[in-house]
Amino acid sequence: MSILTSENKRPTKRSAGRPLPELIFGDLWEFDPAPETADPKLKPRYDLFIGGRFVAPVSGKYFDSINPANETKLAEIAQANAADVDAAYAAAQKGFAVWSKLPGKERAKYIYRLARLLQDRAREFAVAETMDGGKPIKESRDFDVPMAAAHFFYHAGWADKLEYVAPGRKVAPLGVVGQVIPWNFPLLMMAWKLAPALAMGNTIVIKPAETTSVTALKFAEIVQDAGFPAGVVNIVTGFGDTGAAVLNHPAAVKVAFTGSTEVGKIIMRSLAGTDKKMTMELGGKAANIVFDDAPLDQAVEGIVNGIFFNQGHVCCAGSRLLVHEPVAAAVLAKLKTRIRTLRVGDPLDKNTDIGAINSREQLTRIEKLVASGVKEGADMFQPACKLPTKGYYFRPTVFSGVSMSHRIAREEIFGPVLSVLTFRTLDEAVEKANNTAYGLSAGVWTDKGSRILKMSTELKAGVVWANTYNKFDPTSPFGGYKESGFGREGGRQGLLDYCKLV
Amino acid sequence: MRLPITKTPKPYVGGAFIRSESGRTFPLKDAAGNFFAHIPQCTRKDLRNAVEAAAKAGPGWAKRTAYNRGQILYRLGEMVEARRTELIDTLVRFGATKSAAAKEVDACSDRLVYYAGWTDKYEQVLGNVNPVASSHFNFTVTEPMGVIGVIAPDAPALLGLVSLIAPVIASGNTVVAEVSETNPYPAILLGEMLATSDLPGGVVNLLTGFRKELVPTFATHTHLRGISAAVGEADRKTLRLGAAESVKRVHFAGEATDWFSAKAQDLYAIRDFVEFKTTWHPVGA
Amino acid sequence: MSSGSNAAFRRLFNEIGTVDQVGIEERVAKYTTRSIKKAAKVQGLKLAVTMVDLTTLEGKDTPGKVASLCQKALAPHDGLDCPQVAAVCVYPAMVRHARRALGEDTAVRIASVATAFPSGQAPLRTRLAEVKAAVADGADEIDMVINRGAFLAGEFQEMQDEIAAVVQACGDATLKVILEVSELETYDKIRAASFLAMRVIRPGDFIKTSTGKTSLNATLGNNQVMIEAIRDFYLETGTPIAMKPAGGIRTAKQALQFLIAVKETLGDEWLNNTRYRFGASSLLNDLLRQLEKEKTGAYQAPYYFSEAAESY
Repeated sequence: MSILTSENKRPTKRSAGRPLPELIFGDLWEFDPAPETADPKLKPRYDLFIGGRFVAPVSGKYFDSINPANETKLAEIAQANAADVDAAYAAAQKGFAVWSKLPGKERAKYIYRLARLLQDRAREFAVAETMDGGKPIKESRDFDVPMAAAHFFYHAGWADKLEYVAPGRKVAPLGVVGQVIPWNFPLLMMAWKLAPALAMGNTIVIKPAETTSVTALKFAEIVQDAGFPAGVVNIVTGFGDTGAAVLNHPAAVKVAFTGSTEVGKIIMRSLAGTDKKMTMELGGKAANIVFDDAPLDQAVEGIVNGIFFNQGHVCCAGSRLLVHEPVAAAVLAKLKTRIRTLRVGDPLDKNTDIGAINSREQLTRIEKLVASGVKEGADMFQPACKLPTKGYYFRPTVFSGVSMSHRIAREEIFGPVLSVLTFRTLDEAVEKANNTAYGLSAGVWTDKGSRILKMSTELKAGVVWANTYNKFDPTSPFGGYKESGFGREGGRQGLLDYCKLV
Repeated sequence: MRLPITKTPKPYVGGAFIRSESGRTFPLKDAAGNFFAHIPQCTRKDLRNAVEAAAKAGPGWAKRTAYNRGQILYRLGEMVEARRTELIDTLVRFGATKSAAAKEVDACSDRLVYYAGWTDKYEQVLGNVNPVASSHFNFTVTEPMGVIGVIAPDAPALLGLVSLIAPVIASGNTVVAEVSETNPYPAILLGEMLATSDLPGGVVNLLTGFRKELVPTFATHTHLRGISAAVGEADRKTLRLGAAESVKRVHFAGEATDWFSAKAQDLYAIRDFVEFKTTWHPVGA
Repeated sequence: MSSGSNAAFRRLFNEIGTVDQVGIEERVAKYTTRSIKKAAKVQGLKLAVTMVDLTTLEGKDTPGKVASLCQKALAPHDGLDCPQVAAVCVYPAMVRHARRALGEDTAVRIASVATAFPSGQAPLRTRLAEVKAAVADGADEIDMVINRGAFLAGEFQEMQDEIAAVVQACGDATLKVILEVSELETYDKIRAASFLAMRVIRPGDFIKTSTGKTSLNATLGNNQVMIEAIRDFYLETGTPIAMKPAGGIRTAKQALQFLIAVKETLGDEWLNNTRYRFGASSLLNDLLRQLEKEKTGAYQAPYYFSEAAESY
């Protein structure tokens, strides 16, 4: 591969004494700021959404939601305590009596309304999502919000076709479902949780993450506008104790959690004495495996998309790059070139590729793990991009020379940090990829079809992206093996996790 | 009169008939109260060894074709049918009426044949192609989870065990099972049938012993990827607590399970112990 | 395709790698989400103007039509502080008329499509004679077509030898090698043809997408495949090759997207008209319309601009 392993061929191909050719990604043609200006229509203060109404928290306490891009206060969010959670469950139980008895085709129409109303207000929600969580507007605009709407649209159609979900058996709703969702895709995770539960006829008490509650509460307005019966969707906001109250509530017949493996285990322990059904969507440390015959530029694009999408705040992020040795130098060189063109900065700028880290706390965690990578002897590359002076930002980072025992190769960093390892044989790639307690996702890049299917079979992961990465769809089940959790979200398989067989 | 030769009951682990590594046994009496035999009292180390054996057998079993797994399960059904009389006599000796024993044994062989038929079909019902809204071909298939721990109900000793094991191995998982504590001997016989049914050694491993001793290890052994158990509330909690440490999948048969009913066998018992894997690939030239 | 050509392509792909269609189209879709505003937009539009090879390639071309095209090239629009275009692009028979219209002392270059454009289906000696004649008549640049038949049959040596012969015939004239991407079937083969061409042309010569005479012309996708090939070839050999997408780029918005691709793939050194061109006829007026709009704030009717095809 003369082009691709150019390092060692250069001296023979180029006349001596000439400097190494280099590409210049400068500011000859620099883009002007292109801020998205749509009004996010935020309220200064958000109450809890219980029984179809916004209600003040029993404690009267509120906390600030911070825009991580500039550390300014966005809104005040109600802090729910156990009494509020009780009220939410009481409302949800009342709601269940109505919702579960509606004919499926009527439930479907309500859920279709959610999809449509969200589409109508898509740009407003995208801006709110970006201000609340720090993700680039182009992602919230082109991915989070449309994908959330798509989830409602897909699941709405199931509501009157449930007899086809479980061949041979009849299905019935479970009752009230308690759900806790993370801060990385606030609105989208909410859609993933609500849509299948609603289609099945369940009612819901859901708690968004404390740093990203705004779009969930804006969504409550959509639930109202759609005319939902009271108590079908109840949203309680707050911190970990609120989440614990939601998941441990005796009225919750099923709980669904998306978040870290660490917290997932705590929840499983706390529910051990109950017969509640559970779905767990937990952490990951995905291997993205590039073979020497892969289309390298697309692989590099996939690597970039795999680790820098949403600042790397993605449970299925391709955080471990495994490269076939013959192309390791070429891939790393191409990767560095590509990273130099990424634009880090104001999440509201339409040209921003990498936005703000979600919180000070997360930034600190990333910094610590990156420091450990440097300390353990891996080679760090960061592009020389300018970062805003206020807000939480982190440069896209690539570690090469990483070994399997390094912390950065084992722990979920949840940030824009890639660890590069190499392999010689397919078996070695599989071993390294599977040498983890996680098993959420994996990537494979090769031109050889039979090798793709072989790898897909061998990799212990719930989602395998072959010659692509970080693709999602409402029809496509998502979820992990091993300590990445259990149950699926999306597709027919996901639906089955929200019903009982009768 | 000829003195009969008694059999030393040995559980079937890793394709061999073993004694407990601890050397411990407990005496088993038949329904009439007569001494029957010493049953090995398997320990947590025996459980560990059984998991090793099951893990070793796992990849090979999972790679067998679905057709082949079906034939082997069917063969196991044949074995049970062939030793029907012996099994009925055994169940009767340990307290069943003749007709109840016959019903249980027949249900066992029927159940094995039922799952034998599923091996090359469940994938077609549980998996599917997903029509994603992009230029990708996307399909969801099932895969076995790995080593599954089974804790069988005390009664029906044979049918309960068979009902929990068969759906788990049908999809290519391997099993470490604790058999009925109060009525372990039918499982000893089942082990002998497993050994002669073309089932590779290590795919099913049967342990005799005490719940109290083995349940905590079932709960915490992280190499067990799932647990299928017919146990009471306290054991369920222990198993769930242990499962939390390695995010293990647990499914419990309710105390009210009617093991003879049609609902005690279905596709969703297979589904409980498969993983769903979704693969994406671009469609292009 | 014969097994011989299969083997030849396999060997070449082993050397230069392949392209995934869906992947590259996802990549270029990201260029279309870039938002270019204000000063950056004006700068980009003007840059694009300087890169235009203002083209007329019609059987009905006349000296008069070419003369008025040359006038447009020299002074695109009154009242706009607007640069000249890079070149006019005409058939060989029109070169001398273009030279007369532009004069000798001009920065606007004359490009001519020689080598039995667009099919290339003439004997090599005929094609070479055509090149020499165009250069003798005053062409600064020659746009040739590759022998697609030879390429698709895996006869790479023949294809490259012909290009090398045209290089010789060009003398000092710059060469642009048209791959005619619509006839190459796949992105893999566009990449392959790019490499084969780059290996026999000189620094500063171009590879070019299309003749504009078939159904599919320049797209962001095939542009991306070719500029990635240029990038890889440059990093390997140090030889900078220039790029010309041609046909199908009609709007200023499209042109800016192509320039973003250049900025993010090849970098600043390719953001000038010695390294990047647009082969286009109607693009120039849309660039001018947008520049006028940026200047005045008012959207412009097309018929305010000379040589406009739109009369409604």
